[in-house]
Amino acid sequence: MEQIRANLLMCAGTGCVASGTPKVKAALQEELEKKGLANEIKIVLTGCNGFCAEGPVMLVYPEGIFYQKLTVDEIPKLVEEHFLKGRPYQKLLYTEPEKKLSIPKMNEIPFFKHQVLRVLRNKGLIDPESLDEYIARDGYLAAAKALTEMTSADIIKVMKDSGIRGRGGAGFPTGLKWEFASKSQADQKYMLCNGDEGDPGAFMDRSVMEADPHSVIEGMIIGAKAIGASKGVIYVRAEYPLAVKRLQLAIDKCYESGLLGQNILNSGFTFDLEIYLGAGAFVCGEETALMRSIEGKRGMPRPRPPFPAHKGLWDKPSVLNNVETLAQVAPIILHGADWYKTLGTEKSTGTKVFALTGDIKNVGLVEVPMGIPLRTIIYDIGGGMKNKKKKFKSVQMGGPSGGCIPESHIDIPVTYEDVVKTGAIMGSGGMVVMDEDTCMVSTAKFFLEFTADESCGKCTPCRVGTRVMLDMLTDITEGKGRDGDIETLQDLSRDIIATSLCGLGQTAPNPVLSTIRYFQDEYESHIEERWCKAGICRNLCSFHINEELCKACGACLRACPQKAIVGEKKVPHRIIQELCIQCRTCYDTCKFGSIKIGPAGCKDIKDIPELAGKVEGAKE
Amino acid sequence: MTRLTIEDLKKIKEKQKSTFALREGGYRAKITVHMGTCGIAAGAREVMTTLLDEITKAHVEDVITTTSGCAGLCAREPMVTVEIYNKAPVKYGDLNSEKMQEIFKEHVLGGNPVEKYALVIGSETTY
Repeated sequence: MEQIRANLLMCAGTGCVASGTPKVKAALQEELEKKGLANEIKIVLTGCNGFCAEGPVMLVYPEGIFYQKLTVDEIPKLVEEHFLKGRPYQKLLYTEPEKKLSIPKMNEIPFFKHQVLRVLRNKGLIDPESLDEYIARDGYLAAAKALTEMTSADIIKVMKDSGIRGRGGAGFPTGLKWEFASKSQADQKYMLCNGDEGDPGAFMDRSVMEADPHSVIEGMIIGAKAIGASKGVIYVRAEYPLAVKRLQLAIDKCYESGLLGQNILNSGFTFDLEIYLGAGAFVCGEETALMRSIEGKRGMPRPRPPFPAHKGLWDKPSVLNNVETLAQVAPIILHGADWYKTLGTEKSTGTKVFALTGDIKNVGLVEVPMGIPLRTIIYDIGGGMKNKKKKFKSVQMGGPSGGCIPESHIDIPVTYEDVVKTGAIMGSGGMVVMDEDTCMVSTAKFFLEFTADESCGKCTPCRVGTRVMLDMLTDITEGKGRDGDIETLQDLSRDIIATSLCGLGQTAPNPVLSTIRYFQDEYESHIEERWCKAGICRNLCSFHINEELCKACGACLRACPQKAIVGEKKVPHRIIQELCIQCRTCYDTCKFGSIKIGPAGCKDIKDIPELAGKVEGAKE
Repeated sequence: MTRLTIEDLKKIKEKQKSTFALREGGYRAKITVHMGTCGIAAGAREVMTTLLDEITKAHVEDVITTTSGCAGLCAREPMVTVEIYNKAPVKYGDLNSEKMQEIFKEHVLGGNPVEKYALVIGSETTY
């Protein structure tokens, strides 16, 4: 068979067929045969090309030249010029109308402009299932360096000098952790990875494991060398099937290539790695509980000391690092501690990955240098509120262990120290943004529901205390709040924090404390005025139409499932309070902001305290 | 696969570099479909299937397709990055089959980025 040297893709979509493709194709075939080219040039009919207006159109490969408005008459010249003489036939060439590309550049889009990728260095660039592509991006060079040119002490020194702190939430210096474990004497040590990402709204680790599994494995190999571990486990929650699949593929490839197992890269170093699936208990993200879980026991924390660096998995010295921490190890070893410190602040070096979710426009995963103002993350990178008409209210950081940061503190630099001062914590990097339609009491209740449910039950203050707090919050949101509830909640919080064993109980009351700290007025209006001003707590609100703002468009009237809204064209609508079930549909439907939220039982818009003066005047 | 040595790492890196540098690897264009959990949930598989169909239909052999993880802007998934030899990569968002077909024809085959679907041009800062 002759070698085909060119493919002619002729459009055979309806448009081009109508404008003459069949005739042109026949003429072209004939002409190619006449010139003796039929064996080396192949005509292929394709589906609609999209350029129907310029049809019939044809694309010539390999050159990628595009011809338009083909006619039977022009075919002989086209064949002679292009396929015999080898130069494009100018007359039929598609010439693009003069225009400048208006696609913005990376540095023109705030979402990309403020980001610096270290952890996510391979995000969207490599095939996560290809070892070669990881190697192409300097993969395993750091492991090679660590295994052949560095001692355990060298590695630990670089890690300590870099100032990197654990990205799982607590922010303990990673180098120091490794140093403790390296100094422990034992016949067996373990290098562990915490991929049990459990905070609601957080997906940083999942994304790293899915997009770049080898970066985690390489970090573990280096860590294993530093502490002298010959075995390792990656603990991943079973709810992350894609991450598990890609990690397992990566581990298999490493074994095949001698990057795991015995005598890695002929360095004499041995490291075995396996995956352990977690069953989804939140408490198993706590280090001692995680280790018990790997041992096959019920995942419950135990008192520390002894710390895992001395007695961890199977009572052997162990180090547990978060996925994001491990993914940064390779570049630190490769480029050095000073390079790492070029970003971030003195005490919070490097970059941090955040998962942006909630009422924000650009939901996504972002990596920024530490110390960047919170405002930049929310308004520039995040693009502000999803619904432009709504005002920012608060951002929740640190998940169920964290707190809500209000508008007044949004200019803080994002570092471990500054975030803690607000009552939230850096945590693993979940950022849930909330707009003005959020009820802060309900938000606190949501997190308490989570922790009360996930409490392992070992410590009474956590097991019973979170439940009592949850019951009180539920009462408040249902209109059964009493005077003194706020003080009792604060009291209970302090007790639970002081008397719980592990991080879960010690931080569970944080969402309540921080919402009381910044939004005490909302708790008070729930309890005293029976008024949820955001209209979330059904028992504590009523909906009213401001007739002055109502355009009588009928949107709310059609949307109301209760048929509780009456009105006709050009007549402002009205809500029949007796029929209204406070479902909030009308509020979300109205484009003119004419629906107002009043306290429970309020019969008339004039009685809403904040609106009384204004609306009354308008009506008369 | 044979056991790798440190020398091999460097060789693979060089070899892969020439693949990444499209023309040297014999490729004119590279299309990356971002297939993290977010992308898949938003319909990246459908976009990928469409893309492969289009490549088959168009009989082009100088285009490579590859998958990668989340591109970060989960709100705009499914996303695809199109790199043409000697041109800056262009990221597209909010894709579906129809849009993918259009991008394949206009940008990959025709060389003209489809502005209406393009999010951004260029590469992110990594170091």
